[in-house]
Amino acid sequence: MLKTFNLGGVHPPENKLSADKKIENLPLPKTVFIPVAQHIGAPASPVVKRGDEVKVGQVIAQSSGFVSTNIHSSVSGKVKKVDVSADSSGYSKQGIFIDVAGDEWLEEIDRTEELVKEFNLDGSEIVKKIQEAGIVGLGGATFPTHVKLVPPKGMKAEVLLLNGVECEPYLTSDHRLMLEKADEIMVGIQLLMKSLQVNKAVIGIENNKPDAIQLLTEKAKNYQGVSVVALKVQYPQGGEKQLINAVTGKEVPSGALPIAVGAVVSNVGTAFAVYEAVQKNKPLFERVVTVTGKGVSKPSNFRVRVGTATSELVEAAGGLPENTGKVISGGPMMGRAIPSLDVPVTKGTSGILLMQEEESKRGEVLNCIRCARCVSVCPMGLEPYLLMTLGEKNIFDRAEDERVMDCIECGSCSFTCPSHRPLLDYIRYGKGKVGQIIRSRK
Amino acid sequence: MKNIFTVAPSPHVHSNDSTQKIMYRVVYAMLPLLAWSVFVFGLDALRVTLIAVVASLAFEYLIQKFLLKVKPTITDGSALITGILLSFNVPSNLPWWIIIIGALAAIGIAKLSFGGLGGNIFNPALVGRVFLLISFPVQMTSWPVNIKSGIDAVTAATPLGIIKESTSIADALNSLPSITDMLIGNTGGSLGEISAILIILGGLYMLWKKVITWHIPVAVIATVAIIASIFWLINPDVYINPAYQVLSGGLMLGAVFMATDMVTSPMTPKGQIIFGVGIGLITISIRMFGAYPEGISFAILIMNAFTPLINNYVKPKRFGGK
Repeated sequence: MLKTFNLGGVHPPENKLSADKKIENLPLPKTVFIPVAQHIGAPASPVVKRGDEVKVGQVIAQSSGFVSTNIHSSVSGKVKKVDVSADSSGYSKQGIFIDVAGDEWLEEIDRTEELVKEFNLDGSEIVKKIQEAGIVGLGGATFPTHVKLVPPKGMKAEVLLLNGVECEPYLTSDHRLMLEKADEIMVGIQLLMKSLQVNKAVIGIENNKPDAIQLLTEKAKNYQGVSVVALKVQYPQGGEKQLINAVTGKEVPSGALPIAVGAVVSNVGTAFAVYEAVQKNKPLFERVVTVTGKGVSKPSNFRVRVGTATSELVEAAGGLPENTGKVISGGPMMGRAIPSLDVPVTKGTSGILLMQEEESKRGEVLNCIRCARCVSVCPMGLEPYLLMTLGEKNIFDRAEDERVMDCIECGSCSFTCPSHRPLLDYIRYGKGKVGQIIRSRK
Repeated sequence: MKNIFTVAPSPHVHSNDSTQKIMYRVVYAMLPLLAWSVFVFGLDALRVTLIAVVASLAFEYLIQKFLLKVKPTITDGSALITGILLSFNVPSNLPWWIIIIGALAAIGIAKLSFGGLGGNIFNPALVGRVFLLISFPVQMTSWPVNIKSGIDAVTAATPLGIIKESTSIADALNSLPSITDMLIGNTGGSLGEISAILIILGGLYMLWKKVITWHIPVAVIATVAIIASIFWLINPDVYINPAYQVLSGGLMLGAVFMATDMVTSPMTPKGQIIFGVGIGLITISIRMFGAYPEGISFAILIMNAFTPLINNYVKPKRFGGK
């Protein structure tokens, strides 16, 4: 029996259309818009101004606190302006516009493909390099990685878990990276293990990627303490708490961080970024993005510079299909619908999903028939039907008692509801309100 | 041209299951029982079912359209289920006007006055049945003879009636049908309750299609079987053997098709087991010590009333303890 997490879960159609498409470099855009808030935490503060010449890899916005991170230029050229524009949230956010000229990288960046295995840095030096390189969790949450690597006082990490699950339908960027950059990921894992002072790392991969499981299992033999575990395909296994549960059997207590059970979770893409940052002096300014959808003529995996407009990716994948109704940044379960193709790729963009008009509409909302499917699929053991009602009726104290803050917003409840009820919409609303109430108590 | 796309919060995909699909799966599960009832009771059985179904759909449509002034929901399949289930709970010789009154009680009182599908506290078909049982006790308990049994009579007692009326168990066993006949459904009774095998078949189909879970039927039947066994072991001269308790009356039909009604049963597996055990206890108590020979309908309705309370206190297993 394959391992998986213990509560709930759904299995949406996988639709991994681009699984066998090699990662290609997307041609350089003519202009980029690089938002200064691409991570959870305080936005970075711009350190360039209009007219400045910048090189690839140069810091253009400085981290503004511990839970914040540097932003680097992904292109070389001239700063056009520092202004606001819509990011994937749909809101106008501050960022830096750069007109691209040539492709001139900072000299210290090692641009060769050669694998650099050896390192003799100690843990804190590694963390420092990761922090300077602006690395965030690339699974989509974009939490600054250096913060995770410094456990709170009195806590000690015992195991590093690598998320190679990619449980979102359609997305294949992590899958391709594991196939094409397996050794680099392994070295990245060694670096993360060293910085956390753990001697055990486990890579969790869902069983729908047998090639990646086989390759990484093979590679892991050459790296001490690293092992691979195949997991049953079950959404949302890529959720941090679900992955820890699937691999170790432990449950992170309500309201606690993974470190409470001795675990630190990192995405395989993040491990690769760590390798590049530490071994190649390359900050995080590009990432792999899947461009996909049922109507897309060339589903692809691209290596994309941060700040590139979505339209460039869509063009490279064969253009915008006629009947596109919705564009998702990320996967179909947790991704965000973006209003236009001007929205830039950021550090957290794992995919661009073009949905056809008929897929873009929600079904008619009917009465709840108390079938309890939302309860049975909830991976956190909550009662979505109840939390929805409490949100709808603004009963926030009860919602807090019913643990609305435990919701990870995976969307399994809304996905499964036969009456098409907008469960997660109201739960999110309730979470927002309860969050405000909790903060106001402090 | 500037593209403007639909913007909505996640998730952006849906399982494609629907309330209607779930309801029709229940209907499919009941069709073999309907066919069997026509086989053993003749076309009269079909007459009862048709009247119950047409009346249920008509009341739903008329009340929603003219009284409540909302969009009628007769295509969702729920009124169809109510109609079939109501007919399954009455004898095949029931006069047409009584069936119509039953449908009005089920759809009008039990379902629509509580807000329609999903809002009702009590199982509509059972409310209809109990309404009729109390209002028309004679018609509701005159059971036509099973035309396959070869008995030369117009009406005959049901197995539970025989047990209730007999002076001793030995006497009852003489007139009771065999266990095999009761499994197959070669006995008298309400339309849908007689064939245990076909009820189990329908239940398995619903389990496979994930319309129901095992918790409620197993809890109900196991509770009745265990309690009946205890009494039978203590004094087999006074108490009937547990196989008869499980296979007779509406227990199987109730446990599989009516107690499992998702609208009126608890949300969590633990809650469903409590609910099922409650139904089993009340049923066997009414059968052994009450005035009525059968108690499953009352038992389900009583436990329906406890469902909100059970939902309030029995929580699912939370991730991360406490």
